[in-house]
Amino acid sequence: MTQSNIERLLEKGVFVVTSECGPPKGADAEAVRKKGSLLKGVVDAVNVTDNQTSVVRMSSFASCLILKEMGFDPILQMVCRDRNRIAIQSDILGAAAHGINNILCLSGDHQSFGDHPGGKNVFDIDSMQLIQTVRTMRDEGRLIGGEEVKGRPNLFIGAAENPFADPFEIRAMRLGKKVKAGCQFLQTQCIYNLEKFGKWMEMVRERGLHEKCAILAGVTPLKSAGMARYMKTSVPGMDVPDELIDRLKGVPKEKQAEEGVKICVEMIQQLKEVPGVRGVHIMAIEWEEKVAEIAKAAGLSPRPEA
Amino acid sequence: MIVGNRKPFEEILEMVKPFKKILLLGCRECITVCAAGGEREVGVLASELKMARAKDGQEIEVKEFTLERQCDYEYIDQIKPFLDEYEAVVSMACGAGIQYTAERYPQKIVLPAINTTFLGVTLEQGVWSERCQGCGECVLHLTGGVCPVARCAKSLFNGPCGGSSNGKCEVNKDTDCAWQLIVDRLKTLGQLDRYEDIIPAKDWKVSRDGGPRTRVREDLRLG
Amino acid sequence: MRLSYPTFIKIIKVPCTGRVDVLTLLKAFESGVDGAYVAGCMEGECHFLKGNIRARRRVEYAKTLLAEVGIEPERLEMYNLSAAQGQRFAAIANEMAEKIRGLGPSPLKKAKAAFVA
Repeated sequence: MTQSNIERLLEKGVFVVTSECGPPKGADAEAVRKKGSLLKGVVDAVNVTDNQTSVVRMSSFASCLILKEMGFDPILQMVCRDRNRIAIQSDILGAAAHGINNILCLSGDHQSFGDHPGGKNVFDIDSMQLIQTVRTMRDEGRLIGGEEVKGRPNLFIGAAENPFADPFEIRAMRLGKKVKAGCQFLQTQCIYNLEKFGKWMEMVRERGLHEKCAILAGVTPLKSAGMARYMKTSVPGMDVPDELIDRLKGVPKEKQAEEGVKICVEMIQQLKEVPGVRGVHIMAIEWEEKVAEIAKAAGLSPRPEA
Repeated sequence: MIVGNRKPFEEILEMVKPFKKILLLGCRECITVCAAGGEREVGVLASELKMARAKDGQEIEVKEFTLERQCDYEYIDQIKPFLDEYEAVVSMACGAGIQYTAERYPQKIVLPAINTTFLGVTLEQGVWSERCQGCGECVLHLTGGVCPVARCAKSLFNGPCGGSSNGKCEVNKDTDCAWQLIVDRLKTLGQLDRYEDIIPAKDWKVSRDGGPRTRVREDLRLG
Repeated sequence: MRLSYPTFIKIIKVPCTGRVDVLTLLKAFESGVDGAYVAGCMEGECHFLKGNIRARRRVEYAKTLLAEVGIEPERLEMYNLSAAQGQRFAAIANEMAEKIRGLGPSPLKKAKAAFVA
């Protein structure tokens, strides 16, 4: 076992809560601390995004260190878009050296989405191979090139999956591949369509994957009907049912945020009941102050001692 | 075939500014098939250059000549008899051809009129699409004949990523998601179980990343 | 029909406008014409099926090339009419002539004139 807080809690059968911190577009450490302070005592671990949507921000690694100083157990998100295997393995060693216990292995949004669309596309290895890399370094004490690792990085390995992306039929198969590669916990893309998520979970359970890998259901509170519509039409791999948009539209504009939070809480409560779901990952992009309220309303407060 | 686009006209016009006599060199192979640098395109560019310069009150003499290929000295040598009459060569071949002409005549200024882009196929007359990146180690037998390196925007070997939507890539709604194509093809071939195999990290040494490459067939060398 | 159209319009007959190449159109302007137009059959009535459609595509492309060079793309146009439409033929000729008069001589001619002076 690693020193990871969520690994320990999952082992005990606790329904874990994680959330995210988006680092600032600058070198201001205080910005990270501010966001962190909103999540103190609310989560069991906190993700730091890695140049999300290919927009340059303070590195995930650096931000994780700031959060660790504050007493959090950070989850280092690492994408394959920007670094080759040399830099990746180097950063893994560095993160472990600083006591970071969790890593989330991702492909990464294409650079055309961000502020440096002309940048070179690295993708030396993909997220699947990244999971294998961390596992090989940790369990075999080897780099993927074969060299011995003196001082193994003891990281709890995670990944992400989108139950709503196409092709749907292979999404559970893909999770199976990730588990085979070494994935121990999974955070899903934010869920609005419980029915489709249920179907995906069925396929996952059929393969026994829920027992080998802790699935944390992703949720994002909607601020408004406009946001819901935007997510439905403009964000790839997002499934937002019309009933949800209608529900928000049916409420006066000033009350929509409140309704969005209510919907999120209801979603969490329903997800808790889905067999195989062992936690929730609350992503409140630029709305981090709501996480505490949501967690509390969903009966997920206080958190067990770290 | 190798596919490219003619450079924007203003760029070419700027390049030939200092010259009054140029040799416009086309190629009959790939760059003709993708209608960028063949005999016709040479004719069009020559006409445009003459008109643009006339408009500015300057003359330019353009000799039009199209070679069989610009990647073999055997053909490039055909310009030797008259090359000295021209101040510069503007080549409409692919990057390989442009370079080889320059290599053959290192004292001559050779300018590129083409932006070479990819190895591709003809989807229909007038439409060409990328298929190959020359990565050096073909995996088409594992992916039902669809290349994950060239056709996936992230070159994922174990895709798709979470951005695949309705069979289209997150980068461009007109671009097919390569992994959707791969899964569909594996299904058609009855090979969907192959999807479960994790393809290990690629050795990029055999691609351009390992350095410029050479191929040799010793038995063919005359010595 | 003995309808009149300007004498400075030179007619080049082709078996089908599909025969008209992009290079032919450019060369016309290179030689110094002030304007050119392609008169093809009504769409859907091409004897060779799609000749006039190809012609239209080529005319559109040639217009972009003329623009690149700095010649007004309106100097080149495509019209569709049937062989029986004598009136329309004359009308088009007059319309085009009027437009070119308005645009003045081709920029190439102007340039040549400046150079000589």
